[in-house]
Amino acid sequence: MSMPATELAAYNFAYLDEQTKRMIRRAILKAIAIPGYQVPFASREMPMPYGWGTGGVQVTAAILGPQDVLKVIDQGADDTTNAVSIRAFFQKVANVAVTTHTGEATVIQTRHRIPEDTLREGQVLVYQVPIPEPLRFLEPRETETRKMHALEEYGLMHVKLYEDIARHGRIATTYAYPVKVAGRYVMDPSPTPKFDNPKMHRSEALQLFGAGREKRIYAVPPFTDVVSLDFEDHPFEVQSFDKPCALCGARHVYLDEVVLDDRGGRMFVCSDTDYCETRRADGHVGEMLGQSQEAAE
Amino acid sequence: MDNRNEGFTGGFPDAVYNSQTVFRTLMDCMARPGSLGLVTPELMPPAPLGVAAGALMLTLCDHDTPVWLSPKIAQSNVPGWLAFHCGAPLTREKSEARFAFLEAGAHLPAIAHFALGAQDYPDRSTTLVIEIEALDGGRPLNLTGPGIRDVTHLAPRGLPAELLAQWTDNRALFPRGLDVVLTAGRQMIGLPRTCKITALEV
Repeated sequence: MSMPATELAAYNFAYLDEQTKRMIRRAILKAIAIPGYQVPFASREMPMPYGWGTGGVQVTAAILGPQDVLKVIDQGADDTTNAVSIRAFFQKVANVAVTTHTGEATVIQTRHRIPEDTLREGQVLVYQVPIPEPLRFLEPRETETRKMHALEEYGLMHVKLYEDIARHGRIATTYAYPVKVAGRYVMDPSPTPKFDNPKMHRSEALQLFGAGREKRIYAVPPFTDVVSLDFEDHPFEVQSFDKPCALCGARHVYLDEVVLDDRGGRMFVCSDTDYCETRRADGHVGEMLGQSQEAAE
Repeated sequence: MDNRNEGFTGGFPDAVYNSQTVFRTLMDCMARPGSLGLVTPELMPPAPLGVAAGALMLTLCDHDTPVWLSPKIAQSNVPGWLAFHCGAPLTREKSEARFAFLEAGAHLPAIAHFALGAQDYPDRSTTLVIEIEALDGGRPLNLTGPGIRDVTHLAPRGLPAELLAQWTDNRALFPRGLDVVLTAGRQMIGLPRTCKITALEV
């Protein structure tokens, strides 16, 4: 065998073997057919630790083809460790085109954010999910939560939200805010800020969720009702921010707090880096962008 | 072609990439019920299996998925082809089947005989692949439900009459229920259990 040294450790396209891909693909199809239901799947060990997005990576690997353009974000950013390594992983094992621009991507793998730009038909959003079961912190037994889903018994979740109101005067859940999908299953939207929940409602894009450690895949098809749980007198609200993004001046977007010094200095900037960069390229200037340039000069 | 070889030839020319393409087409069809999917890879499944139905078989079936074949398909070269390319076990019990394949014009058995999943595991249900005459030119139907913006129109020709009659029962079982893929030659349409079908009067 005269195999070049570089090809000694050759993988199948997109790392997973074909039988694994078929198994994941069958799970994805059933997940789409039963919106919000968590389909068990035989999650494989991936060359990264649990908690680094092994579920999302397996879903992406099962759907990815050579014609796809992949974008990976971690908390909205294209340039954080998790996003960079997963993007590099797929460049290596699938030789797939990558981008940081939301509009150019066909598959977007995300950890805990939905891009600010509205997703369109034909795009697939793959979420990395740590704990897929929305009822898990209320009921630790899988046998019980499975029964609760089967019987559509979600009273406990409303009790939890009510206790928030009794204790804090409002629903204090700010991320992983439970939603009801297509009027049937209560689903954990993964730890996205509740700011992103309205974007899931009747989204044009297909949304797939992969939890590697917990071995579950679930999905929200396009144009599907995704309603955040609330009460008539305490309707669902998203976070609002006092100031616009300090770099691009965007309002009505999700902002990250950045601590600047040890004297209480801080700034709020877009969590979606691609959105922020595009706006700055278009000439939008935030409050602190001018300042930092002056300081640099 | 030599009939004896039919069970071995006619698979995907490039299994890895072809099955990915076919899966993505099917995934889009299931996510957007009523939208037309086209199978592009060159394959030649044995008659009476259509190209799209054969492609789905190669893409989804393996040793983990018991397959039920309609009597006519079961008597053709398909069982050998399925065994050779997928290694999938055949079952005569519809309730054990993960996938079931019917040729055009085949009698559709009662939906309740297939695996419908359990209330706590509704994913353990049969996916039915039904070949029909054509995906257009038939009786107009309206589709609504998840994956559809407002309403989608569909006019499949040669749809088994039993399917429409039983579809309401299938929907009433939700979250249990069958998922159906209609195929005609190279084309396919997905009908997940969430899909509401209304027949239009003509």
